[in-house]
Amino acid sequence: MVQLTLPKNSRIVEGKHYPASRSANRVRRILVYRYDPDSSENPRIDRYDIDLDSCGPMVLDALIAIKNEIDQTLTFRRSCREGVCGSCAMNIDGSNTLACTKSIFDIKGDIKIYPLPHLEVVKDLVPDLTHFYAQYAEIKPWLDTETPRPEGEWKQSREDRAKLDGLYECILCACCSTSCPSYWWNSDRYLGPAALIQAYRWLADSRDEATGGRLDDLEDPFRLYRCHTIMNCAQACPKGLNPAKAIAKIKSMMLERQI
Amino acid sequence: MSARFRLRPRPLSPHLLIYRLTITMAMSIVHRLTGVVLYLGSLFFAWWIVAVSAGQKSYAVFDLFAASLPGKTIIFGFVWALIHHMLGGIRHLIWDGGLWINLPEARGIAWVTLIGSVTLALTAWIAGAFIRTLIQ
Repeated sequence: MVQLTLPKNSRIVEGKHYPASRSANRVRRILVYRYDPDSSENPRIDRYDIDLDSCGPMVLDALIAIKNEIDQTLTFRRSCREGVCGSCAMNIDGSNTLACTKSIFDIKGDIKIYPLPHLEVVKDLVPDLTHFYAQYAEIKPWLDTETPRPEGEWKQSREDRAKLDGLYECILCACCSTSCPSYWWNSDRYLGPAALIQAYRWLADSRDEATGGRLDDLEDPFRLYRCHTIMNCAQACPKGLNPAKAIAKIKSMMLERQI
Repeated sequence: MSARFRLRPRPLSPHLLIYRLTITMAMSIVHRLTGVVLYLGSLFFAWWIVAVSAGQKSYAVFDLFAASLPGKTIIFGFVWALIHHMLGGIRHLIWDGGLWINLPEARGIAWVTLIGSVTLALTAWIAGAFIRTLIQ
């Protein structure tokens, strides 16, 4: 359901301020959403003033600098630091993206950092993605075949392989799904852009033999058709993919098989 | 992380109020709003038709209101909402067909619905005023 305000336990209060050291030259303020599951307090926004002279250029560098030098309690996910793993997905400067590929210098004014929107927060910038992964599992993200297994690999022409470009690159960071208002209001029943672009990735695969069953599973007013082409997904995707386009193609496949 | 050990429910991370508005998101919201406006605006038209059929006296009441500033605002708003909702519908048809759904074009036609609806509504209004001067 559409819900404009946050529940009582989720309302954000003002947090602490950590000023920069006096010797700092290029100070930048970073506002970070904090939530401590071990206290009884509401989430808060802490303000950290960091010195850009002693920090790397990306938002993730700033977060690591805060954790290393200012406040060790700050909690966030990160791993590859180069846009491959999808761990550091968060809401930065009003949009979902990866902290490791977002430059501090592309942001005007204070840098505001929140966890991915409309999810349960485990701690600070770490949201609970259990449901998101379960939805991915639901679209059966594997090659489904009936013909006997070939001696070697399942072969595919270059043209057929090219149909997977723009789909297979998804790293499941959840930036798109959690940018989608339809997913905010109906994530219990709507699969969301990430699961759907993956669903199309297998529908578009020339080697897959379960197209009919896959479409049957998606034929539902909520699972697929809650997409209202708001296009936030495509604008959030840090890999430049377009889930909205993949969803439109699934809708066309639905139509084509009815004719 | 079993729920059994959780002392209190986890907070929900902020969403709509912290998300930067995109043109496509704004046009989606306006499409919904204009849909509601059309629904409510049809009541105004029902009044108009009822007033016509009820005779000169009751039509004079409607006419007085329609000529007033609030009345004109409602009519202009309805005309704009009608055109905007129609253009939005066409945009969705195009997108559902898989056309212009790549980002620069998608943002482009979102802007077109907004600029187009305002332009067409003003054009309709000016044309209406022009025709009226011709009749009188």
